[in-house]
Amino acid sequence: MTEDRLAQSHNPLLSVRDLSVAFGGIVALNGVSFDMQRGHILGLIGPNGAGKTTLFNCLSRLYQPSKGDILMEGASILTRPPYRIAEIGISRTFQNVALFPNLSVIDNVRVGTHSRSNGNIVSDSLKLGQVRRAEAALERKVDEILGYLGLRGVAHAVAAELPFVTQKRVELARALAAEPKILLLDEPAGGLNHDEVHGLGELIRRIRKEREMTVLLVEHHMGLVMSTADHVVALNFGRKIAEGTPSQVQSDPQVIEAYLGNKNR
Amino acid sequence: MELLSNQILAGIATGAIYACMALALVMIYQAIGQLNFAQGEMAMFSTFMAWQMIHWGAPYWAAFVLTLMLSFAGGVVIERLLFRPLAKAPILTNLAGFLALFAIINSVAGLIWDFTIKPFPSPFGSSPFLGSRLVSTHQAGMIGVILLVLAVLFVFLRFTRMGLAMRAAAAQPESARLVGIDTNRMIALGWGMAAAVGAVAGMLIAPVVFLDPNMMGGVLIYGFAAAVLGGLSSPPGAVVGGFLVGIIENLVGTYVSGVGNELKLPIALALIVIVLVVKPSGLFGRQEIKRV
Repeated sequence: MTEDRLAQSHNPLLSVRDLSVAFGGIVALNGVSFDMQRGHILGLIGPNGAGKTTLFNCLSRLYQPSKGDILMEGASILTRPPYRIAEIGISRTFQNVALFPNLSVIDNVRVGTHSRSNGNIVSDSLKLGQVRRAEAALERKVDEILGYLGLRGVAHAVAAELPFVTQKRVELARALAAEPKILLLDEPAGGLNHDEVHGLGELIRRIRKEREMTVLLVEHHMGLVMSTADHVVALNFGRKIAEGTPSQVQSDPQVIEAYLGNKNR
Repeated sequence: MELLSNQILAGIATGAIYACMALALVMIYQAIGQLNFAQGEMAMFSTFMAWQMIHWGAPYWAAFVLTLMLSFAGGVVIERLLFRPLAKAPILTNLAGFLALFAIINSVAGLIWDFTIKPFPSPFGSSPFLGSRLVSTHQAGMIGVILLVLAVLFVFLRFTRMGLAMRAAAAQPESARLVGIDTNRMIALGWGMAAAVGAVAGMLIAPVVFLDPNMMGGVLIYGFAAAVLGGLSSPPGAVVGGFLVGIIENLVGTYVSGVGNELKLPIALALIVIVLVVKPSGLFGRQEIKRV
């Protein structure tokens, strides 16, 4: 799909409507609304405590919003239990990496394909013909993703024993294995050095293009957001303070104020 | 020398039972992070069901298989009715739940089948195995059946997608849900499998210790010792721990004067204390590291 055609589509892939989350008396998100267009990379920025992670956790159904709705292709996701989010095409990574620590890299990625398989305990254990063929297809996909992200060399290493940067890559591989429509990336640049951040930006753009995914990028690293995102939403104290192209948001007085001159950090 | 090899073989035979109990404990521990104090009673109840079926005229192996299925279902039901509602409760609430379950199963078994000791048949008989005086056919059959159960479980957990999903749910429930794994179902599955594995242990130890509602008390403590020794987070560790505890128990009972048969149980308890002091994660367990 070309970007022009993508931009023309009118109905958003995901739309966040008037979303509020309160923890006791603390309002973490206050009436936030925005749309995600198919094929876009949407950057979500804001200082610490702005509500970025809270919003993220609502999207992956870890938190239940107190008000508002999240629509995926027009249908609310809030009625689904967390384990049924992957099957409608939402996958995520975590800021601090939440891999299955004692499983191997390849097993971690295999688990990622869980929502794309439909076996039960009996057919799985007996490896009946149909299950066998489906598993072979999934195995090929797992291998393809490992190759795509340059992880074949560590495929059989235990996840917990790998360097942090590699673990982040494994987590990305696990998310890709579910073939999501929307990829949620929570601070993917955290803990990376300058060159690695640059490589990451390219990788995100490549994934969007080659794997036809829509990406929501929560990031502290302004350079990465500004160079990667098509569209940026800025939050502060749980409210949306600006939305637009990276350059529009970057020059927005409210955003500059929120970051108090730290916008180039 | 013959005494030594005899004792080691006998140790392996009882160790196989401890391995089963330890494995059942570890499966539930992995799923919900709690020790199931009622595991022994669940196994005892399963054994009584098998006894009842055989008493009604069912062939041994038919009763065996049917008991495994009923135990699996029973494990799932106990999880649904008792422990799912307690999933977010504090640890002491869960502990009270397990102790209540222990008392309930024990009394119900006594109510139905009374507390008199009953013989339980062995499908293998008790003649010397292959003419050897070291092992009886029952002991040999016991080791064989348990190794088979362990192998089936290993293959299931290691090589099937469902097994992988179970391991993932145990390691990181939050991430597991996000890749589409119904973690509640995995916990129920873990309970069912633990109940079935425990039932195997119960049915195989019953010909040796005889059948009564209190038959599993001692066995469960050895199971705990085995699980702690092998590491609570490691199913293969539980199995190795089981065999080691069986062998240690027999060797100490034979060679340390003054211990004998009566003081074997404190050996298991001492083992638990020693492991927890010296190496709390056990032989094969993974040390838990928390990000602060």
